[in-house]
Amino acid sequence: MPPLAQRNLFHDKVRLTVTLTGIVFSVVLIVVQLGLFFGFTTATSNLIDHSGADLWITSKNVPYVEQGVAFSERKLNQVRAVPGTADAQKIIAHWTQWKRHDGAEDSVQIVGINVDDSLERPWNLVEGRVEDLKSPDAIILDELYKSKLGVTRVGEVFEIGGHRARVVGFTRGIRSFTTSPYVFTTFKNAQNYTGTREDQTMFILVKVAPGASLEQVRRGLLDHIKDVEVFTTAEFSHMTTFYWMFTTGAGVAVLIAAVLGLVVGFVVVAQTIYATTMDHIREYGTLKAMGAPNSYVYKVIMKQAAISAVIGYALGMIVSGFVVHASQAGGAAILMPPSMAGGMFFVTLLMCVGAALVSINKVTRIDPATVFKG
Amino acid sequence: MQAAIAVRNLTKNYAEGVAGTLALRGVDLDAHAAELLMLMGPSGSGKTTLLSIMGCILTATSGSVRIDGTEITSLREKELPAIRLRHIGFVFQGFNLFPTLTAGENVELMLDLKGVSAAAAKRRARELLEQVGLAAKYGAFPADLSGGQKQRVAIARALAGDPAIILADEPTAALDSHTGRNVMEMMSDLAHKRGRAVVIVTHDSRVLDFADRIVRIEDGAIARPSEAEPVPAGLLVHGMGTGAVSFA
Repeated sequence: MPPLAQRNLFHDKVRLTVTLTGIVFSVVLIVVQLGLFFGFTTATSNLIDHSGADLWITSKNVPYVEQGVAFSERKLNQVRAVPGTADAQKIIAHWTQWKRHDGAEDSVQIVGINVDDSLERPWNLVEGRVEDLKSPDAIILDELYKSKLGVTRVGEVFEIGGHRARVVGFTRGIRSFTTSPYVFTTFKNAQNYTGTREDQTMFILVKVAPGASLEQVRRGLLDHIKDVEVFTTAEFSHMTTFYWMFTTGAGVAVLIAAVLGLVVGFVVVAQTIYATTMDHIREYGTLKAMGAPNSYVYKVIMKQAAISAVIGYALGMIVSGFVVHASQAGGAAILMPPSMAGGMFFVTLLMCVGAALVSINKVTRIDPATVFKG
Repeated sequence: MQAAIAVRNLTKNYAEGVAGTLALRGVDLDAHAAELLMLMGPSGSGKTTLLSIMGCILTATSGSVRIDGTEITSLREKELPAIRLRHIGFVFQGFNLFPTLTAGENVELMLDLKGVSAAAAKRRARELLEQVGLAAKYGAFPADLSGGQKQRVAIARALAGDPAIILADEPTAALDSHTGRNVMEMMSDLAHKRGRAVVIVTHDSRVLDFADRIVRIEDGAIARPSEAEPVPAGLLVHGMGTGAVSFA
């Protein structure tokens, strides 16, 4: 086929620019919104997904990780006695107040762990070691929140929940979904910082023995321990994510924005492809008069849409790449997993082809007799 | 001899609201191979409607139209493009070339529709442009061609489908008299040297001497000759062609 689609597309540079701008705008908008959704989703369940545990034991009716309710730490021994349990550790995750040097206070989420154990250790350390938490009043936090909490370097001392806290290290990329940063410390310190009683914990994390059935261990725990709930890590992660993303409406808002991006892109692309088609409507009439079946004309229009989609997608992904990269230094990370980048190609293609269908409807109704009108 | 196009008792009614417009009323007309037939008549007389129906791009209200023996009025609309492609080449007043394609590509497009491979289409397009004296303009875009050159490219395109019938709507209207005569010589050659049935709708009295036969349409019907409007000697004016009234 002579390159009619390509020539029609590239002939009018201004219209091509408008079309591509619409597609790029739409691609970037969708990537940013979906990327924010993925970023938020990851942030909400960061603590659970990186815990290394197989099961989470909580008090009754705990809807998400930040809403833990203290219970007796004596249950820890009962947990360890259940067959199939390889490891069990108590942890605290709870909000408290951070006091800056200037006297201002900010909310933080304390994560109290057993430093000698492998469960729920801070990850991606860029300064200091996890073992440094063994020193008195030691804490580790993420470098993203240095400025928010007024921290400049390791060794600085602050006040958390009225108790002394000394920074011994920094992590990178451990974001919190809320505005309250995670602060890792020992279980004992966490009890002090959060005002939890000495004989209480908020969660017990369980590592199942190799070869043991996760479901059997869970049933065993529920049978032997009263007034608790036992979730798999995946379940508790999903519960927490669902709460933040859908119960609060935050995720819905982001998803709606992504859909709006798709709609805006569709409208812009449909409008420009329609205008391009109308510019060439007489030519399509000539094609039909020459004996071209409708399918031939559709092919020309679809090819234009597909070429626009490929170029628009490529440019959109370049711009999105910059935006995603720039977001890594901010509080809200935009994530673009490879599956999303690949999926966006098909979304873009569908958007452009769908937009072209509007024009095809018009072309179907061309009266070939128009070719005889001077 | 079977007519390339045989029209019988053809009517066309453009229905608009309660009152329709009867554009053609009982037209009988034959167009033969190796003949250059001109349709003349005032604006709105129905000649372009007749050409459109003969070209299978407009459907008749009633009557019969046979293209190379095939009755087309009984065909479904989606079957008509194949008839156009196989039997008919069009030449338009406004040339109707694709402005974003070169002269060569405009001709290749027709060949592509016929299913000719890209390489063969290129070769054939060059040959056809050479035949209309535009071998050097293969890569030129329509915007860079004169009116006469554009019409010659359009003729080459019409010939690319190797049709038995050429239908032309005012092919000289946008051309000066010298260029118009060149185009008409080409159309005449198509009829007389290549055996095509050529039907031309025209208002251009300068080209009447190229016609083998002139048919005048008035108010949707084929008109009898008028003394006030002399027709060149030797031309037939009756729709059925051979054996009809002569004005010698």
